[in-house]
Amino acid sequence: MQNFMQKLLNIDRRIIFVVIFFALSVPIFLNMSFPIVVTSEVQMLYDALEKLPRGSKVLVACDYDPGSEPELQPMAEAGLKYMIKRDFKFIIIGLWPQGPLQANRAFEDINESEDPFMVDNGDTLYFGADLIVVGSDTVRYGIDFINLGFQVGQELVIQRMGASIEAAFPNDRRFGRPYKEFPVMDGINKLSDFAFIFNLSAGYPGTTEWVQFAVDRFHVPVGAGNTAVQAPLVYPYLDAGQLSGLLGGMRGGAEFEKLVGHEARATLAMASQTIAHIFVMFFIIVGNVAFFVTRGKSKEGNA
Amino acid sequence: MKREIPLILTAVVGLTFVIQFFVPHEPMGNLSNTLSKWYSIISAFAIWLGSLNLLKISIEKVSKRKKDWMFSAVTIASFFLILIIGLFFSGGRQYIEQGSGFDWLYRNMYSPLSATMFALLAFFVASAAYRAFRARNAQATVLLVAAFIIMAGRTPFGEWISNMLFLPEGWWLGNLTNVIMNYFNVAGQRAIMIGISLGVISTSLRIILGIERSHLGGE
Repeated sequence: MQNFMQKLLNIDRRIIFVVIFFALSVPIFLNMSFPIVVTSEVQMLYDALEKLPRGSKVLVACDYDPGSEPELQPMAEAGLKYMIKRDFKFIIIGLWPQGPLQANRAFEDINESEDPFMVDNGDTLYFGADLIVVGSDTVRYGIDFINLGFQVGQELVIQRMGASIEAAFPNDRRFGRPYKEFPVMDGINKLSDFAFIFNLSAGYPGTTEWVQFAVDRFHVPVGAGNTAVQAPLVYPYLDAGQLSGLLGGMRGGAEFEKLVGHEARATLAMASQTIAHIFVMFFIIVGNVAFFVTRGKSKEGNA
Repeated sequence: MKREIPLILTAVVGLTFVIQFFVPHEPMGNLSNTLSKWYSIISAFAIWLGSLNLLKISIEKVSKRKKDWMFSAVTIASFFLILIIGLFFSGGRQYIEQGSGFDWLYRNMYSPLSATMFALLAFFVASAAYRAFRARNAQATVLLVAAFIIMAGRTPFGEWISNMLFLPEGWWLGNLTNVIMNYFNVAGQRAIMIGISLGVISTSLRIILGIERSHLGGE
């Protein structure tokens, strides 16, 4: 028994890797799903978005990179799909260079059109770039949404947006034209002209900076989606009412998908995460049992 | 003068930012916008400086055949590949536009590689949890129990096991997770935030007033 426990303690870590590999991948291939219960912080964000009137102008700040894609991209897709359904006008920016590119990818993934392009008034419009089709809704670049791209400067970009959006983002990202040429920007001159900010964040600069500047200084409500690692850091803002809601990690994404009626990647990935968590807990129990059994033996030996 | 001018600049810019936060009227508002613009320009140059520095170090490593020089060779090749394709092979479109060469590289190389690096954490966390997560003493046991509750409570498994154990609803693992996150976690995070903020304020004041000069080099 002692020898067995000792062997367990010294188990080759590659065995653990293989177990985790199967725990993560098998549920995806089996298309497993578990019931998702919505937590209060996710419900708060959804309710805050629901309260906005149709046609509201929302700033979508994508502050993450592909490293956080499994957790944050499903939130981006569900959020954009919801905004299209609610007829919101949304303006995309990024305080991370990869953020606006991630938004482009989200557009492609939610776009239901099979055609690559269409011709409208002599202009060739590309689906995914100029047009997005979601169900019976079609939104058009420059009229219903715009991507202003990345701007360097971290929280000072938010501060500059507080005084003038044009100062921080003079041109759009798709055509490089002055953003004032686009109808979607009508009436948007400074940060406080937005009805809501939907921030997806994987670190600095991110949700903390949006709360400190956009909420506290310019009084624009912010709802955020964070990685599971970062979410605990922003809970104090939620408790203080500075944050209008929080999607934390894969689970937050899955709950949000359930609320907006777009059960997709996060819901599917929750099965993998659940099975992997069960195995990690099993490993911890086995490790502790082996540790206590062999520790008793080593104490006897020392005596 | 070599030390005085940077000290005066730091004091003026620092004080401007402090004052404009409380007095957002002219001339402070405009001044703060101008300084923010300067900050963006300096940050943009810093990105270039960082890239060139990376390139210099990598070239040096390859030319001197230092340990693991092959990785530096890959860095250099990747640097120029993405730079050249982004600058010269976008077909007259914006380089980040869907369908451009840069976009193809981002989607099919950078994105999967970056996600893979992050995904490896799952394997290392599992292995580390097995080896290091031990109830050695009271503090470690508290940490272990909290981690257990959150790991289970953050997944549907928490609801299932709570049901199986006939726990009253208030004691379901999902609810216990919420209690840990909303009370214990928030209390700890607030303490950390307040501590950090006080530290930042005192360090900033020392820098603005010229007491702290280590950022200028030397003693």
